[in-house]
Amino acid sequence: MLANYIKIAIKVLARRKFFTFISLFGISFTLLVLMVATAMIDNVFAPRAPESKFDRVIGVYRIGLHGEHFNSTSNPGYRFVKEYVLGLPGAEATSVFSGSSALAMYHDNRKVETHLRRTDGAYWQILDFDFVEGGPLTESDNANANFVAVMTDDMRTKLYGRGSAALGKTFEVDGQRFRVIGVVRAVPITREVGFSEIWVPIRTMKTREYERQMMGSFGGIVLARKRSDFDALRREFALRTSRFVFEDKTFDRLSAGLDTRLEFAARATLGSQFKGNRALVFRGILAGLALLFMLLPTMNLVSINLSRIMERASEIGVRKAFGASSRALIGQFIVENVVLTVIGGLIGFVLSVAVLSALSRMQLIPYAIFDINLRIFFYGLLIAVFFGLVSGVYPAWRMSRIQAVNALRGGAL
Amino acid sequence: MIRLDNVNKVYRTERVETLALENINLDVAPGEFVSVMGPSGCGKSTLLNLIGLLDAPSSGNLALDGAAVAKWNDGKLAQFRNEKLGFVFQSFHLVPDLKVVDNVEIPLLYRKTNGTPRRKLAQAALDRVGLASRIHHFPTQLSGGQQQRVAIARAIVGKPRILLADEPTGNLDSAMGDEIMDILHDLNKNDGTTIVMVTHDDRFARRTDRIVRLFDGRQVA
Repeated sequence: MLANYIKIAIKVLARRKFFTFISLFGISFTLLVLMVATAMIDNVFAPRAPESKFDRVIGVYRIGLHGEHFNSTSNPGYRFVKEYVLGLPGAEATSVFSGSSALAMYHDNRKVETHLRRTDGAYWQILDFDFVEGGPLTESDNANANFVAVMTDDMRTKLYGRGSAALGKTFEVDGQRFRVIGVVRAVPITREVGFSEIWVPIRTMKTREYERQMMGSFGGIVLARKRSDFDALRREFALRTSRFVFEDKTFDRLSAGLDTRLEFAARATLGSQFKGNRALVFRGILAGLALLFMLLPTMNLVSINLSRIMERASEIGVRKAFGASSRALIGQFIVENVVLTVIGGLIGFVLSVAVLSALSRMQLIPYAIFDINLRIFFYGLLIAVFFGLVSGVYPAWRMSRIQAVNALRGGAL
Repeated sequence: MIRLDNVNKVYRTERVETLALENINLDVAPGEFVSVMGPSGCGKSTLLNLIGLLDAPSSGNLALDGAAVAKWNDGKLAQFRNEKLGFVFQSFHLVPDLKVVDNVEIPLLYRKTNGTPRRKLAQAALDRVGLASRIHHFPTQLSGGQQQRVAIARAIVGKPRILLADEPTGNLDSAMGDEIMDILHDLNKNDGTTIVMVTHDDRFARRTDRIVRLFDGRQVA
């Protein structure tokens, strides 16, 4: 029966080309937009190199100081990360690093724009960069304030030309000269912790002023042994921060949390004051927006399907007359819609692959590679089936309620 | 085979109540070929729709094959229509998206007959109405007479005990009408199919065993 429904569905779709085109266009275009959006979100949040361990990483990316009259929010300073994040009991590793700052350098009388990040040694154990030359910065490089650097392959090309090796070569940035000890593959800017073009040890900074700052331009991350350790690590962090000393008496309350990247986005969207599971609510908001977006083509399909009922009244009457029960008719109509949406889904996937690969090639987001992974494929499939069911159920129910005698007469349905 | 006792059918709208059939009593024996005649709007098609379980009486009793149908649910009605009834309509009602053979297979689909035997039965039914060579055509590629023969093949493919034909020759010229009547007589005589046929044409009605006449929803003969 199912095979026959599918056969009939394909025949109906092939014969009604205009209807099929409109429906497929709606489904595939909506899916395309959703897949591209999902791929972008995935590119920011999903664990992938060099942040492939980030399903086990939580970090402090923003902190806030609050008082009766003033509020101050910024990235944590080095001192805050050192005192409250580094060495957190139970963690596999902890790291402190500066934000990636844009600056200009001069090399061979050329101005070269770049991004520079300062890190400790642990940063290179938590993140897994793909080295094409040399190796990472070490804790001893940081402790001894060695003027050594890691750069991306793209930066190497900018400084030394295509195909040249960089190891052992030097360059000057921010008035300091560094020696290259490693070259990694470029990282997209969407990777908040991993992105930069040049990395150097923190302690090579010109002054030690940063060591006294609670708020500044640093971040701290904690690599847990397993995700289930997050709660214990957060409790430990809360215990530490409960002893926070407010040197500036304007403030009497601190807001800071160890967040995953998604939780951090949720905190930024919903605010620190939001109680409850921010990440869950944030996911809910994203899913709600996606559903809202899908509602348009779904309503369109429902409407097209309802008008098709008039067109197919005679067929419905005939099928009822020859023994189709309401259930069988609902089944047939739903199968027709699922077939349509699955075809639309497949077209949407093909389009998505083409568009995402074009986006990757265009380098709208430098170094970002957008591809459809299995997880997104699964979401896409789910969306297609959702389309099929939602747009099929109501028209099918309406259709099944048509009196055969009315349908055959072609009268009011 | 078919029994109606004091059957009434009333159509109600918000303002008007129309009595389409009034106090109909009818008994059709197994293997009988009955024609129903009367002027337009006298209730002929309504009567056929009630017998075909496509509509329900407002009051009175209807029994088919010895069973009262009043309390049957949608599933049971569908099953009975599928196994015991066949329909031929004046305007053929073939599904334009499906080939001739797929149209004929429709009743067998709801019997869950498998693909190969289903195709064989459909081909045999088409052969019987002289259309074995047109199985892969679409309905719109056929003449009116051929379309009606496809509709008859569809009606008989499941070997129903009762065939209900609503003006089967109404849209055809007299020669094609004769052809259709020959097929119906063949089914009645050789297969013992009970046939109730609505017609306007006296010539065709006279070829049946009995004529039931309706006027303004009442049985007058």
